[in-house]
Amino acid sequence: MSFSITEATRGQKWIAGILVVGYALITILPLLWIVATGFKSPSDAIAYPPKVVFEPTLEGYVNLFTTRTRMTPETLEELGPPATWYDRIVRQYDMVISGPSRYGERFLNSVVIGFGSTFLSVFLGTLAAYAFSRFRVPLKDDLMFFILSTRMMPPIAIAIPIFLMFRQLGLSDTHLGMILLYTAVNLSLSVWLLKGFIDEIPVEYEEAALIDGYTRFQAFYKVVLPQAATGIASTAIFCLIFSWNEYAFAVLLTSGTAQTAPPFIPTIIGVGKDWPAVAAGATLFLVPVMVFTILLRKHLLRGITFGAVRK
Amino acid sequence: MSDETTTGAAPRLSVRLARRLGGLSDRAIAWLFVGPTVFLLLAINIFPLIWTIRLSLTNYRANRANADVKWVGLRNYERILTDPDIWNSMQATAHFLIWTLALQVLIGFGLAYLINKKFKGDNFWTTVIVLPMMLSPAVVGNFWTFLYQPQIGLFNYGVAFLTGADPSSFTMIGDVDLAPWAIVIVDTWMWTPFVMLICLAGLRSIPDSIYEAAECDRASKWRQFWTITVPMALPFLMLAVLFRGIENFKMFDLVVQLTGGGPGSVTELTSITLKREAFEKWRTGYASAYAVILFVVVFGLASIYVKALNKVKER
Repeated sequence: MSFSITEATRGQKWIAGILVVGYALITILPLLWIVATGFKSPSDAIAYPPKVVFEPTLEGYVNLFTTRTRMTPETLEELGPPATWYDRIVRQYDMVISGPSRYGERFLNSVVIGFGSTFLSVFLGTLAAYAFSRFRVPLKDDLMFFILSTRMMPPIAIAIPIFLMFRQLGLSDTHLGMILLYTAVNLSLSVWLLKGFIDEIPVEYEEAALIDGYTRFQAFYKVVLPQAATGIASTAIFCLIFSWNEYAFAVLLTSGTAQTAPPFIPTIIGVGKDWPAVAAGATLFLVPVMVFTILLRKHLLRGITFGAVRK
Repeated sequence: MSDETTTGAAPRLSVRLARRLGGLSDRAIAWLFVGPTVFLLLAINIFPLIWTIRLSLTNYRANRANADVKWVGLRNYERILTDPDIWNSMQATAHFLIWTLALQVLIGFGLAYLINKKFKGDNFWTTVIVLPMMLSPAVVGNFWTFLYQPQIGLFNYGVAFLTGADPSSFTMIGDVDLAPWAIVIVDTWMWTPFVMLICLAGLRSIPDSIYEAAECDRASKWRQFWTITVPMALPFLMLAVLFRGIENFKMFDLVVQLTGGGPGSVTELTSITLKREAFEKWRTGYASAYAVILFVVVFGLASIYVKALNKVKER
């Protein structure tokens, strides 16, 4: 029989389990509420007492992706019966769909800027981390601290000169400008995390490759990169989550063409107090991050602590 | 290859081996690899910081022509330190910081302690708890305004359900006394998992043998908790406080969407004041001086704290 005094007893496990599950259920409730509200009709969303059982509708999603105009019943009569299910939903309110909303555009901007900056910061981060891990870089410790310290600056503090700088360079409100900015912000995380991962790959592998006649470059991309693949992947996801969720720079430095979804979602509410549309927008925006979180759970600890916490 | 290149090689590579490398020297590769990162950080972090310091000494306004920019020396700093609004926002930030850190440390450590008991399904529930911190703070803040609505909001309904109060009798974000707590609650909801994860790492780093030795010495469970668990997890806990402290000092997105600094200015944290001065009143020079002061405060507090952290680690 195996017996350990450090192992919790069965009773302790039960109590711990109940308390944690209880907290988890309370903490997840607001999230579930967002998702549920996205499928409510506007009147169900503001019902009192709050409705737990309701008839699900895609109205919120239709409103999210379209702009609608109100019509007189006579005009609607002339148009004939609604052709599609989403037409039917807006017709209930004497409206017709007059075009797409800007949500799709904003979401696409988030995708472009998010993935663009993630690719760049992981690419540059991997190179720098490899160099820091394997070579004698002058002032290595100072440089590493300098890279980390860039994370301490409040975004608004550097937003003023960046605003002026981007205006001068023609980068304001462009995808390229935002990608470069987010890349710079993510680099500290990316370099620190990746250095941790690359440090753990034994140097012997490269030495063996070098003996076999590989050049440094070949050894780097044929031996080190495959070994660091999981580390690179989880770093990429952390960078993506940051750029995906960033708001301060987005709201200060973009106004139209390059604006991402986080500054846009709150504006969906407009005058109509259309909470289901806001909830639908938020839900769609959360889905990728939730998927990543679940994929990422093994690397969560490493990521949030810059690898400063050793397992 | 010259001798010089071998000095740049990794210490564990033999000289003979390094000589055989084709192509670029190791030193060249190192510069090639580190260069772009350093360049980008200089361009987008350090250069703007220096520019901010320069702007802070002028009366520059970004929405006007550059013609009448005057050098004002330290006048901006003087005005900030005597401005009651600024002290008000510092106070709001301090209140926010103290309460969020206290709550997140208590709940986060408690949860980590419980999860460390390794009950069935603990991984699944940990993932569930972690979800809120993965969301966009701006979107979260926006949606919580809905949950905080006086009658239709889930939060008010929940509180009413538990206490029997009338759900329409209070508005979390419209009330001068409640609004600061409204942001504390959302921040705690969102970021407790972060503290929890780091504490969990701390608890898992404690070797079982220490407890076994304590058990042999017949130390009570309570005593084991205070003499082993807490001190061993303390460096991790302090690290969590450091990260959360820096993040919350810079806090912007969540609060902008949740309360926008109101009602009045009771939840106007430092970054919101900064944004107002810089991008609404367009007092760029003045705002820059404030930004510099904030940066010095964060940097100063963080360095003092890191020193303390290192001392705790050494013990």
